[in-house]
Amino acid sequence: MKLLRMAFTAALRALRRNKLRSSLTTLGMVIGVAAVITTVGIGQGATRAIEDQIASIGTNLLVVMPGTRQRGGAHSGWGGASSLTLGDARAIEREASFVDSVTYMRSGAVQVIYGNSNWATTLLATTPVFQVVGNTDIAQGEFFTERDVQTGARVVLLGQTIVDQLFESGEDPIGAVVRIRETAFRVIGVLERKGGSNFSGDRDDNVIMPFTTAVRRVLGNRLPGMVQQIMVSSIPSVDSLSAAAEIEEIMRHRHRLKPSDDSDFTIRTQEEVSDMMGNVMGIMSSVLMGVASISLLVGGIGIMNILLVSVTERTREIGVRMAVGAKGRHILIQFLVESIILSMLGGMIGTGLGLAGTMAIARVAGFPFVFSLAAVLGAVLFSGAVGMFFGFYPARQASRLDPIASLRYE
Amino acid sequence: MSGRIIETRDLRKTFEFGDVVVHALRGISVEVPTGQFVAIIGKSGSGKSTFMNILGCLDRPSSGTYRLEGRDISDRSADERAELRSEQIGFVFQAFNLIPRTSALENVELPLVYGGVSRSQQHIRGLEALDRVGLAHRADHHPSQLSGGEQQRVAIARALVNQPRLLLADEPTGNLDTSTSGEIMQIISELNRDQGITVVLVTHEPEIAAYADRVLTFRDGEIIADAAQLQPLPTSPAPPAKAEMSRDVAEESA
Repeated sequence: MKLLRMAFTAALRALRRNKLRSSLTTLGMVIGVAAVITTVGIGQGATRAIEDQIASIGTNLLVVMPGTRQRGGAHSGWGGASSLTLGDARAIEREASFVDSVTYMRSGAVQVIYGNSNWATTLLATTPVFQVVGNTDIAQGEFFTERDVQTGARVVLLGQTIVDQLFESGEDPIGAVVRIRETAFRVIGVLERKGGSNFSGDRDDNVIMPFTTAVRRVLGNRLPGMVQQIMVSSIPSVDSLSAAAEIEEIMRHRHRLKPSDDSDFTIRTQEEVSDMMGNVMGIMSSVLMGVASISLLVGGIGIMNILLVSVTERTREIGVRMAVGAKGRHILIQFLVESIILSMLGGMIGTGLGLAGTMAIARVAGFPFVFSLAAVLGAVLFSGAVGMFFGFYPARQASRLDPIASLRYE
Repeated sequence: MSGRIIETRDLRKTFEFGDVVVHALRGISVEVPTGQFVAIIGKSGSGKSTFMNILGCLDRPSSGTYRLEGRDISDRSADERAELRSEQIGFVFQAFNLIPRTSALENVELPLVYGGVSRSQQHIRGLEALDRVGLAHRADHHPSQLSGGEQQRVAIARALVNQPRLLLADEPTGNLDTSTSGEIMQIISELNRDQGITVVLVTHEPEIAAYADRVLTFRDGEIIADAAQLQPLPTSPAPPAKAEMSRDVAEESA
């Protein structure tokens, strides 16, 4: 203990003597650790954001989408075929036993006009079940009803972004009349702000109206009965794969596919989506961690380099220390402690910067800031270990110097 | 007075550089009574520095024995020799060898750091030692802010701080002008006379050797002359600078 304390004192004095060099040496570690901490932080934050989003949608959601269309050997992408119909949705609702509720939707780009303002956004045409299946909360007003769908009522719900863009702050949008494609619609509700972004942009930038109204007045009747997505929530007691299998069975029967034919639709479960996102995030995090670790390695080599220079430069000092009673291990520990102090100090500053950087990025990118004590402690301890590893060789060199030769060293 | 602090028997040291063998010491047998002031003179290459390194436990003899305070320490390990240096021996070098960009006080405290003395004791004893060489008021100065003579006085304080029995000085005045040399020698002889510290000093200047009780002359690794000197120094008329210096020291340490 005493040995460590004296080494610590000697090391601190030596580092103070050369402040500029010490701080430049530390910089390598600072950058390395900041990079690691930021990487881990962004990875965790993004993962949390995805988990939250999936949880908010509900794990029992299945989405049926049109499949690829094959024409003369050329595949179109997913959704290329207009193969889903209202009839499919109704069949699933009627026949599937694992299904709780079914909704369907079409979307289109529209211009919403209110007074002198207008805003381009996405229209979702759907049914009241969407409110539950799509986990859509209403901030003000109410969702449209089954009756609105039957009568084709000219009502609309606005996302928060639309409200922000078209209305003065404090102005009540409920009951206001907006125009879309030359038709007047009454605003009956405002959607709860979802905040942040998913991977396809602003989740608050859309308007929702009854399916029939949209087809008749806005989207056009070019493909009557066609839907873009069918969304199904399975009953909670059933796992989503069984539900998906059942839906596939019904759909293949309706589309009169032979057993050898590929399905002309796809069914996505939330589990699939979250697994896929998890994999993507995992790979990205590993790659970034790898890059960040290289900067730690470079930082460590920087410390070793400076210590080697320092040992040579301080040869005489080492000789004096030995002459006045320092043993080899005093010198070894002093240089080792210098190295560890440098790297751990770098580690701590780097952690601070990394956390600040993560916070800033989290704010800009709109995912939650996740503080991980394990990552912080790990980074500081690991940087200490880097210091010990890269400091050992120079320290041993110093401790093995011959006092007589060192005292004569010019 | 307790007997002999240094006793060497047939001390030999050889260095091999490839095929060339250099006999630095060829059988040195010498006894130094406790409290004596010994000067070693000789040309460079005469073996006096090698002898000093062995006396100072920095080096080991190739053969022969070296007893320090009656204990044979000819073949002690590096760590044991470090302990002996820390406890028994103070070094003063020609080149001062203070640690740069480090205050005078911290330089003086250095041996105490390795001697395992508490921080507060380091401070107290460091200041005492600086005071003894008349530099307590310069404790915060760095070596670059001190004159050559002041630096050597700090180095003497560093050598004293562990209360060693033996002070080894290797050409302590070699880098100093005449009057400063006088001040330094004055301090060293006072330490010898007043505190009974045994002093072994290497020099090639006869005026410096004149401060000693005894002069050993080295040539080609052997002692060719061993002469006791009368001690006229305390009563001899000292140069004015020297007299002032010694008064200063006396006042400040009083």
